[in-house]
Order: sequence, then C-alpha cells, then structure tokens
Amino acid sequence: MKSRQLAKIAKRVGFWALIAIIMVYAVFPFYYAVITSIKPSSDLFRVELWPSTWNLDNYAQIFSQSSFVRAIFNSIIVAFSVVFIALLLGITASYALGRVRFRGRSTVLLVILGVSMFPQVAVLSGLFEVIRALNLYNNPAGLILSYTIFTLPFTVWVLTTFMKQLPMELEEAAIMDGATPWVTITKVFLPLMWPAMATTGLLAFIAAWNEFLFALTFTLTDAQRTVPVAIALLSGGSAYELPWGPIMAASVVVTVPLVILVIIFQRRIVSGLTAGAVKG
Amino acid sequence: MSSSSHQDAPLGAHSAMPTARRPRGTKVRRQRVKAAWLFLAPMLIALTLVAGWPLMRTFFLSFTDASLSDLGAANLIGFENYLVYDDGRWYGVLADPVWWQSVWNTVYFAVVSVSLEVIFGVIVALILNAEFKGRVIVRAAVLIPWAIPTIVSAQMWAWMLNDQFGIINHLLMTVGIIDNPIAWTASATYSMWAVIMVDVWKTIPFVALLVLAALQMLPKDCYEAAEVDGIHPVHVFFKVTLPLITPALMMAVIFRLLDALRVFDVIYVLTSNSTSTMSMSVYARQQLVEFQDVGYGSAASTLLFLIIALATIAYLYLGRKQIQLGGD
Repeated sequence: MKSRQLAKIAKRVGFWALIAIIMVYAVFPFYYAVITSIKPSSDLFRVELWPSTWNLDNYAQIFSQSSFVRAIFNSIIVAFSVVFIALLLGITASYALGRVRFRGRSTVLLVILGVSMFPQVAVLSGLFEVIRALNLYNNPAGLILSYTIFTLPFTVWVLTTFMKQLPMELEEAAIMDGATPWVTITKVFLPLMWPAMATTGLLAFIAAWNEFLFALTFTLTDAQRTVPVAIALLSGGSAYELPWGPIMAASVVVTVPLVILVIIFQRRIVSGLTAGAVKG
Repeated sequence: MSSSSHQDAPLGAHSAMPTARRPRGTKVRRQRVKAAWLFLAPMLIALTLVAGWPLMRTFFLSFTDASLSDLGAANLIGFENYLVYDDGRWYGVLADPVWWQSVWNTVYFAVVSVSLEVIFGVIVALILNAEFKGRVIVRAAVLIPWAIPTIVSAQMWAWMLNDQFGIINHLLMTVGIIDNPIAWTASATYSMWAVIMVDVWKTIPFVALLVLAALQMLPKDCYEAAEVDGIHPVHVFFKVTLPLITPALMMAVIFRLLDALRVFDVIYVLTSNSTSTMSMSVYARQQLVEFQDVGYGSAASTLLFLIIALATIAYLYLGRKQIQLGGD
C-alpha cells in the first residue's frame, strides 16, 4: 500500500516538475530581456536573476531616437495595411474557393499552396525589379506590396477552411431570395466570418510585424525601416561594445503588444494555426 | 444578422426542388461560376505581381550577368552563373565550396532542429493534454516564444549566450559543466548549436499546438480500455497515440522543414555572414545584395527554389492521402 502511494506522489512531483521546467524554459529568455532592459548600464555586466537596482534609462534612450520611433510607426502602418489588404482580397477569394464548385478550383488551391512554400529569397531579385519599376524602393508601400506574397496565400487558405464550414442552407436561402454573390458575401457570410477574420488577421499581423528579409533588403534609410530591422541594426553599429541595454528595451517594446495579443486570443490562434496547417 | 430573417421561410418552401440543392447548369450556377472568377481575380493579380512574375524574373536573371546597380544592362550568359569551365578551372555556384557548405549547413540545421522540435513538441503537447489546474496559464506561457519576433529572439539569445557576460556561460560555470566561458555565436564549433537552440526554443510551441489539436480529437474509449487492461502508458503511447497523431505530426514536420530550408533571419542576426552557419538563403542574399551580383545570386536563389519545390513535390506525392485539396 505504502509503496503505491509513494509512487503516486513521485508521479505527481515529476509531473509538476516537468511543467515547471517547461514554464521556465518558455518564459525565462523574455523575463531575462525585461530585467536586462531595466538595469542601469553600470549593472549590465553583472549576471543576476533579479535586478538589484533598476531604472527606465534604456527606454528613455531608445524613445529619444527619432529613427526608432519612426520604425515603430512604419511597422504599425505596414502591418495594418497588410492585414487589411490580405483580408479584403482573402474574403472574396475564399468565398469563390470555399462555396462555388468550378473547373480549375483545385489548380488555384494548388497554386496558393505552392506560393505559401516559396522561399522568400527566390523572389528577391525579381521583386526588387518590380518594386523599383513601381518606384516603391525605400518606401513602406514597397513592403506592404511584398508582404502580400506570404500573407495572402495563408489568409485565403485559412478563410477558405472556415468558409467551407458554414451551413449550405444559408446560402441556398440567399440564392432563393435572388441575392447576388456579392450580396451573399457581404450580408450573409461576412457577419458570420468575423471570428475567422479576426484570427487570420491576427496571424497576418504577427507575420507582417516580424518580417525581416524584405524589410532589410527593400529599405535603405533609417527613416523607412521597420522595427525588426531597426533592432538588428542597433547592434550592428559598434562591433565591440554592443548596446545590450537599449537592444533589450527595444526588444521588449516590440514584443509586449504581441505577447498580450497572443495571451488574449490564444484559443483563436490555436484554431487558426491548426486550420492553416492541419487542414492545408 | 439580417440573414436569419430570410433563412427559414424560403428554404422550407423550396428545398424539395432539385434545382435548389444543386443548381447545375442553371442560370444561377453560371452566374456563380462567373462571380467566383471575378472574386478570385484580385487575389490572382496580386499573386502574379508579387510571386509569379518575380519568380520568372529571378529565373531569367540567373542566366544573365545583371548587377544590382544596373539591372537594365543585363546580358544573357547562359549557364555561366551555375557552372562553367574556363581556363582549367570550374566556376559558378555549383563549383563554389561556400555554396556547398551552405547547403550542408542548411540541411544539417533543418534535420537537427526539426527533429528536436518534434520530440520536445510532442512531450509538451502530451503534458498540455493532461487535465490539471492552471492549464490555460501554462498553455499561454508556452505560446510566448512563438509570438516573439525571430529577430528579437535571436537578440535575446545572443545576449544570454554572450561569451563574457551571458547568463548561460555563467550558469554552466556555476554548476561546473564548463571551466571557461564559451564563445557560442563566434566559434565555428558552437555557433550552429546556438542557432539550433534559438530555433528550437522559438518553434516548439508551433509543433506542440498542432500535436495538441490532434491529441484532443483522439477517441477516449481506447485509453479507458488500455487502463482497465493495465497496459503501460509508454506502450499505449507508441502503439495507440503515435499512429493516430502521425498525420498531424507529418504536417508539422513538412511545415517546419520547408521553413527551416529557407531559414534566414535567425542565422543572419545571430552569426551574420559567418560561413560556418551560412544557410542557402543567407548565401543567396549575400551575393545579391552585398556583392551586387544579381545574376549569380539569382542562380543560387533558383537552386534553393528547386530544392524546396522538389521537397514539396516529394511530400505531396508521399502524403497525397493526407492532403485533400479542398476536398468535401
């Protein structure tokens, strides 16, 4: 009897120890970035798990740099525009792909799947030409255009999955009432699609907010950069003495909104990710 | 919400009519197909502009001597960017040891990090699948690494892995595993492991979530049966759970593998252009942008595209049962 109880207790302890390890592993790097960011520069190189003294100098320093503030502004503009365009084009396309049977439908789906697997660098030189031809080099609009390549296929794919799950009867009713497809989308489906749109939009937002390769290549001056590039180049400035305090402060600033969004919408994100991946 | 008002009456009245259920060949159907293409048009145009056309241009440029400063003045030079024999020596991407090094680095990175992600992702998913107090909080915490921009996670880890003041060296030395601090991101021996460490940390949540979704759809009764029969849980996992979650696992693997083969940012930020960790994407971008050699860089990009396309086709072929393109 006793050994059985002991085994049970050992199992419970082991289980909770695993959970503790997972929690620490997942959260610690972010926690460490936060405490580094609030350390005064004199304490920066003392390794400690809890800051003995702290202030917000690093934050004051990055927000006093106009290029960093500009980068945040650029990132916001770019990410919101990308989400808007991807959802607008995605909702109509997903109606066509999810609700209408027509010849060529699986070809279109295959093309979309194919595009979502493109390595970004494979279109780099071609896209560079397009962006130059449209006179969008070193302009956030060029980034909005180029981010379409990875947000649109994904958005269409996930929205199509959700669109298919809506009951057929709704649409039949609309057709019987003589509604045109456009009216069907805007009046019948759109109100039902908001949760799916929020999920997809959030995932597109995160992808656009995080993008690095295009942002690094298609912008030239500090004023046009997005936040990831600004952070990467903050460290590039001096090779020997990296400004770790400000880097960590900037990292926390761009991450906190995402972490909050993810925690609030975690259920939605899980369903969006699995719709995009498992069913695609 | 206005829809609910017309939902009931017409449906009840007309659903017996065959044309309502399947308006094949009718005017309504033709109108719907026309509308479908009209609705697809903006998306197709956008994808052509940002994907189709640029990809074709990249292919084309790979056969030219184009330079970034003057893209217009490109001359066709055939396969010279890929491979050419000149004056007793081979030239071109395929003859460049750095390219082959980057291919090897990428494959090594992809295989090792995806394997680790799958193993740890499954473990995390199994734990999150258990019922316990505070599961929601743990699940949210596990998602945090996924939400952090790659660039930021690379910087956070670069700081933790700092050779002099990094907490990882500090901890390892306190515990007594190492005697001297390791230059994680600078040394050729450890830098690939540093990159893998960051990637694994960042993407475990993705794998864990996909597996968790599959776990939650598993039938409960065979577990109850197994418990009644007193079968060891490890045995149950390998004989029952693993085969059932394999489709979801394969999906996670292919997504992660394709991502890993095109990896750029984590390597670029953590170790910049060091050849010991350079991936194919880093190599191609260096040729294209830093060396301004668009022709040569496009050739490398084209090769990377072909490798990924082959991997995708192989996967689609092998797993065609699992992927039903918009199947009903």
